[in-house]
Amino acid sequence: MSKPVKSHRQSLAYAARRSWERHWTLYLLAVPPLLYFIVFKYVPMINAVIAFKNFNVVAGVWGSDWVGLKHFQAFFNNPVSRQLIGNTFYLSLYYLLASFPIPIILALALNEVRLRFFKQTVQIVTYAPYFISTVVVVSMTILILSPRVGLVGDVFGLFGVPAVDLLARADYFRHVYVWSDVWQTTGYSAVIYLAALSSIDPSLYEAAKVDGASRIQKILNVDLPGIMPTAIVILILGVGNIMQVGFEKAFLLQNPLNLAQSEIISTYVYKTGLLNANFSSATAINLFNAAVNLVLLLVVNALAKRVAGRGLW
Amino acid sequence: MVSADMSAPDARALRLARQRRRSLNTILVDRLFMVAVYLLLITLLLIVVLPMIYIVASSLSSPSAVSAGRVSLWPVDFSLRGYEVALRDPKIVSGFLNSIFYTVSGTLLSVALTIAIAFPLSRADFFGGSLITKLIVFTMLFSGGLIPTYMVVRALGMIDTPWALIVPNAVGVWQVILATAYFRDAIPKELYEASRVDGAGDLRFLWLVAIPLAKPMIAVIALMYAIVQWNSYFDALIYLRNDALYPLQLVLRNILILNTQSNLTDVAKALERQQLADLLKYSLIVISTVPVLLIYPFVARHFAKGIMLGSVKG
Repeated sequence: MSKPVKSHRQSLAYAARRSWERHWTLYLLAVPPLLYFIVFKYVPMINAVIAFKNFNVVAGVWGSDWVGLKHFQAFFNNPVSRQLIGNTFYLSLYYLLASFPIPIILALALNEVRLRFFKQTVQIVTYAPYFISTVVVVSMTILILSPRVGLVGDVFGLFGVPAVDLLARADYFRHVYVWSDVWQTTGYSAVIYLAALSSIDPSLYEAAKVDGASRIQKILNVDLPGIMPTAIVILILGVGNIMQVGFEKAFLLQNPLNLAQSEIISTYVYKTGLLNANFSSATAINLFNAAVNLVLLLVVNALAKRVAGRGLW
Repeated sequence: MVSADMSAPDARALRLARQRRRSLNTILVDRLFMVAVYLLLITLLLIVVLPMIYIVASSLSSPSAVSAGRVSLWPVDFSLRGYEVALRDPKIVSGFLNSIFYTVSGTLLSVALTIAIAFPLSRADFFGGSLITKLIVFTMLFSGGLIPTYMVVRALGMIDTPWALIVPNAVGVWQVILATAYFRDAIPKELYEASRVDGAGDLRFLWLVAIPLAKPMIAVIALMYAIVQWNSYFDALIYLRNDALYPLQLVLRNILILNTQSNLTDVAKALERQQLADLLKYSLIVISTVPVLLIYPFVARHFAKGIMLGSVKG
């Protein structure tokens, strides 16, 4: 009779064995980095189960008592939760709205410039702040905004107005955070758009020229559509990370006077978890945040796929 | 009036004339537009550069001028006092040395681990590669969080040791994607076939062929890792208690942001101490940023390429 047809699973197993026999050194090579991902990325995901427990060090992750959603309920019943979620959301939204269009404008403007030297100078200078550390950028911000020694004092002086300490007022925290970040990252973000612009089909530009298009028309009809796919990906990433405002900068810009707006979820998690040693409730808050974020990312990605025909994956 | 009996050459001339008039108009608009573009770019350039000039100018001024807010964009009463004080402060010096150590060792470990996963992932005959890629990318989308990670680091006994700054964030997903794409696309398959015919195994191929050919990519990811390591303070903040181990950024944070007075006890007068503390901040910013900005022009181009590669593949 005919030979039995190998099942899919059998052929997979066969392929795996063959691959192992021929390339076992590749698998050995991959072991240390895989261990890294397991130990430092996946074990913490499992550890996050303490969000549903009353963690105590002696009993360990598995021995601690199961308390279900107690920590989540406690967080949502705490009036602080609404403020934290609001602060995180508004800070992020503001940041997204400010940091999305400006690099595009910079890239489009740079793309028009034909003077090589000028173009490169602008590019290299605007790109540089990206390499400065958060600590230094925040320090620079604090020094420059300091009414006593900083530049801002001089600017206020020009208008004959007494200087305001922008960092001591909660209302100004978001402006300071967002615009110092725009200062730091615009040049870097523009590079991605410049790359996209340079890969636009030259025949489109020639066609625009033959049709007598002005520069503005060319930008609107050739450049913008050309960078649209890139812009969509960046926007998805931005919206997907909207609840994921970085800890590092907000924490450094915080002071007791601006805490009403500068306390965000990640800084609160740090204080609850590490400073007050409340491991379980800090993990619960963080888990809630991470879950919201993941759902947002998936939804936005699905939307982008449907609307623009292009998502992250 | 355009009549039907107009000869063909006349009609073409008319059309050309119209087009020329329109394009004259367009040229004028374009000129104005370019003026606006240059003005915009010069403004942006100044916005980026002026704060940096202010910091450098202040760092080169006298303590009293800085403290009184008399410096704007040019040094007032030129002096190097700030640098002198900074370089004599043992905390700052030890922070600097620690940071160099963390950066060098962390980068070596990171690059080694990244290559060790990226090379197998780049190979079609590596079974399970696509699953592993998915699992790695997933760690970018979701993480256990601060406390669960802290628990792992603590369980491994890394708290208050240099390991805590080097190991827990050793591998970046972005860099793995980049390196995998490079190994897959930039190294000709024929070379692999040839080396196999010559009897070289996978590791020999990696060491003798793939790594030498991938030097530009390795340089880029090494610099990415190095700059991230040099600039980070968060891991040190949560994992280190012993201030002899502090990296420069954490020392900076304590002096610059928490206003912890550094070792200025040798200066007798309170006023002078305050002035020096003000000045020290500016010179510290310069000292800690110069190493990064010095190598930056050399790597800027490669970084741009790296981002491009990532954006195409990502």
